[in-house]
Amino acid sequence: MTEKFDSVVVGAGPAGSAAACTMAKAGMNVLVIEKGEKPGAKNMFGGVIFRHHTEQLAPEFWKTAPIERHVVEYQYWFMTKDSHVLLSHRNQCFNKQFNAFTVHRAKFDPWLAKLAEDAGATIINRTTAEDVIKENGKIIGVKTDRGDVFADVVIAADGVNSMLAKQAGIREELKQDSVVLAVKEVIAFPRQKIEDRFNLGPEEGVAAMFIGWGPGMHAGFLYTNRDTLSVGIGINLHDLDTSGKRPNDLFEEFKSHPSIAPILQEGELKEYSAHLIPEGGYDQVGRIFTDGMLVVGDAAMLVNAVNWEGTNLAMTSGIIAGQTVTDAKKSNDFSSRNLAKYREKLEQSFVLKDLRQYRELPKFFASNPHFFTLYPELANELIYSWHLVGDETKQERIKEAKSMLFKRRSRLGLLKDAYHMWRMFS
Amino acid sequence: MSAKRTMTITDKLYRDRFKVDEDSHLWIKDPNMCVKCPFDFRCIRVCPTDVYKWQEEKVNITYDACVECGACRVACYNVGWKNPKGGFGISYKYG
Repeated sequence: MTEKFDSVVVGAGPAGSAAACTMAKAGMNVLVIEKGEKPGAKNMFGGVIFRHHTEQLAPEFWKTAPIERHVVEYQYWFMTKDSHVLLSHRNQCFNKQFNAFTVHRAKFDPWLAKLAEDAGATIINRTTAEDVIKENGKIIGVKTDRGDVFADVVIAADGVNSMLAKQAGIREELKQDSVVLAVKEVIAFPRQKIEDRFNLGPEEGVAAMFIGWGPGMHAGFLYTNRDTLSVGIGINLHDLDTSGKRPNDLFEEFKSHPSIAPILQEGELKEYSAHLIPEGGYDQVGRIFTDGMLVVGDAAMLVNAVNWEGTNLAMTSGIIAGQTVTDAKKSNDFSSRNLAKYREKLEQSFVLKDLRQYRELPKFFASNPHFFTLYPELANELIYSWHLVGDETKQERIKEAKSMLFKRRSRLGLLKDAYHMWRMFS
Repeated sequence: MSAKRTMTITDKLYRDRFKVDEDSHLWIKDPNMCVKCPFDFRCIRVCPTDVYKWQEEKVNITYDACVECGACRVACYNVGWKNPKGGFGISYKYG
């Protein structure tokens, strides 16, 4: 195949399919190449897809899309090695207007790609992009293992390991402390068991996150699907390295935690997966456009690690990239200067505004790891001593708890932490 | 009832679907560097599927167990990494 398209999109994940769909709807001639045997075959997440952003591509998509459950409850587990404090929020508003859905990516991503296909884009699976094709410093196409393809603009939607952005010379190698390694299992249960265990209605779901159980910057996650649970851990690659522990061993430790193990018992493992998450934040986004190319989604490091958002940033970046290319086509100007509008629009959208807001957070948490360990521990110890009864008076207990608290973190330290959090989020 | 045993990575990988290519998409750029690895064998330690093993004074790569996460690549610049050919490698049923 040696063909020229208006745009070639590399990668049929949420970002790539959103870009392809947007351009195809505008009448552009679009080719999507996907290295997996089908879209989603290489993708996994510990996450959800969001109603608001997915609806921009397909209104009321949940009526036809392969979704698992809509999230009605968010759980935050603050753990020590043998206890937990659970903060949970369930709201009927999530039943009246859906907010987020759990999905299996190997099922959802093909559906999303089909939207682009129905809008007129061509999707070719089992095709790996090997390099960018440059001419006079401008990117004019992609070399694939099935031949060369040419385009006015190449959209790199090739995920966190984006080879294309590196080959284009606009991305440096990822840093260990900017990525999180996620390891996940899909575990099957009878549907009723999931609904009983989590106190859920037939279509309702739970999204849960767990901190305090592991080394460094870490989290566990759990999502209820129709008849499976998606359970996993994420750990900063640098912290994994210095912990000296193996990913699977840490994962098994998490799963065997006395608060987690009962939730997972009698399940049947269906799949084991692993993926990197780009969590370097705003400062790691770097250059996401050049002559003849735009970078979207995980490839552009567009992940909000604080609110656990990624697919919505991916879809939004894809939509904006698609609009930018459609506009550029009108003036036939695919130069870096013109494509810079993509970055400008992203800066004006929630995507880069949120990341900019949290700009200092990755660095802050890296130098203040006690947020992931000390505070969960303190919460557990305080609530434990509140409930424990013995011969001491309540006043003695409170005094003891207070002295324990200030021994672990000074009054000044506590004030500083509160101040930093307030500044970060306001 | 048998005692509950922690699943090994091999047990887990049986659940996954791979289409294995004849050629490896992973390689060591300079095997001499591994002999005095400056990173205490990060490639071996961070890999979630035990692709890397130290055997007979070199890093052995079982590329057919790779789920293409890229952790090894980020952990060590001596790891050569490319995407498998189209359609090959891990193919998730759930994801």
